[in-house]
Amino acid sequence: MSNDGSKDKVEYWRWREYRKTVSSKSWRDAKIVTAGVDVGSVSSKAIIMADGKIYSYSIMRTGSNSPDSARKVLDWAMEGTGLSLDDIKYVVGTGYGRVNVPMANKAVTEIACHAKGANYIWGPTVRTILDVGGQDIKAIRCDENGRVTSFLMNDKCAAGTGRGMEVFADLLKVPVEEIGEVSLKVDVEPDPVSCTCVVFAKTEAVGLLRKGWPKERVLAAYTRAMAVRMSKLLERVGCEKDFVVTGGQSKNVGIVTRIENIIGLKRLPMPNYEENGLDPMVAGAIGAALFAKALYEKSQAA
Amino acid sequence: MMVYYGYRDSSGEYYVVVDSEKCDGCGKCVQQCPQNALELGTIMVDLEDKLVAAVTEEHRRKIKYTCSPCKPETSAAPCVLACEKKALTCTWNPEK
Repeated sequence: MSNDGSKDKVEYWRWREYRKTVSSKSWRDAKIVTAGVDVGSVSSKAIIMADGKIYSYSIMRTGSNSPDSARKVLDWAMEGTGLSLDDIKYVVGTGYGRVNVPMANKAVTEIACHAKGANYIWGPTVRTILDVGGQDIKAIRCDENGRVTSFLMNDKCAAGTGRGMEVFADLLKVPVEEIGEVSLKVDVEPDPVSCTCVVFAKTEAVGLLRKGWPKERVLAAYTRAMAVRMSKLLERVGCEKDFVVTGGQSKNVGIVTRIENIIGLKRLPMPNYEENGLDPMVAGAIGAALFAKALYEKSQAA
Repeated sequence: MMVYYGYRDSSGEYYVVVDSEKCDGCGKCVQQCPQNALELGTIMVDLEDKLVAAVTEEHRRKIKYTCSPCKPETSAAPCVLACEKKALTCTWNPEK
């Protein structure tokens, strides 16, 4: 009984944690090795750069303790590479837990890092960035150098963010990484749910399920509501192209497709991140590692 | 850089806006805010640190409630009046 029982206990909210070494060259040949560590509310990301190019990276769940999460995620990015912390000249910490990154030489706000990272991933044409993280949503405008010109933070809660999606994955028994696809399997787009708070939206969703709505339709209604809300944030900062989405929800096609439809603008396509490490989810860590290189060079020049 | 802290819901939209280029980090708004919702935070401009006014982490998600006592008169909010550089503004647009 217990065996069958445990097999049934699928953790639908769980997403893939992974690490990768993307460079074929040895870090030992590089002049400067730097790192960026982004401790978010839900996921922690680390990027190691050799001479300003991505060498390896890792993404994992943030634990209850920010310093521990920071250490673990950076250790994981170094795993199997022969790197040790002493080889890394400069570390920049960013994200929600940025002040709690023990090995960081400096903390930089995630806003600056995301803009810098998006500029690195997609190039100088990026002007508008929607960052949908674990617990909040940010709309950022930047110039051709990835410098922030304005940014807007969302109001109160976690709806529509990574954490909200995890809650819905569990409720509807749909793996969190498939929510986007599933939500698009509706013939007619339903009205959005009226609540934009995760707790209330969940209650509303339970009501819809009882009425006999299929999962796809419930997810479509929820995703739609979140997309409407994010579009309003974008409207406020002014959505100029090129437009990109960063953060974990950049991988949620349900959210992204709906935002594109509402604002009438397509985002730049997802890079082939499995190959090159340019994962929009790690944009903040990429920016942090780039700042680390610039700050190290500046400290050497002084 | 223009930084918008605020919310938008069915009643309208409200933002505390800090222009980090105009802000010189004097901290007068921080002293004047009756809700203690402001602080000086560090941002990086051309790799140099700069202190500017910011809404505290604690209050960012509850601006709707924090700022409600000052909201009806956005142009006369204590933080706005305190700012000699005109770097801090509050905007309130009720939903029509």
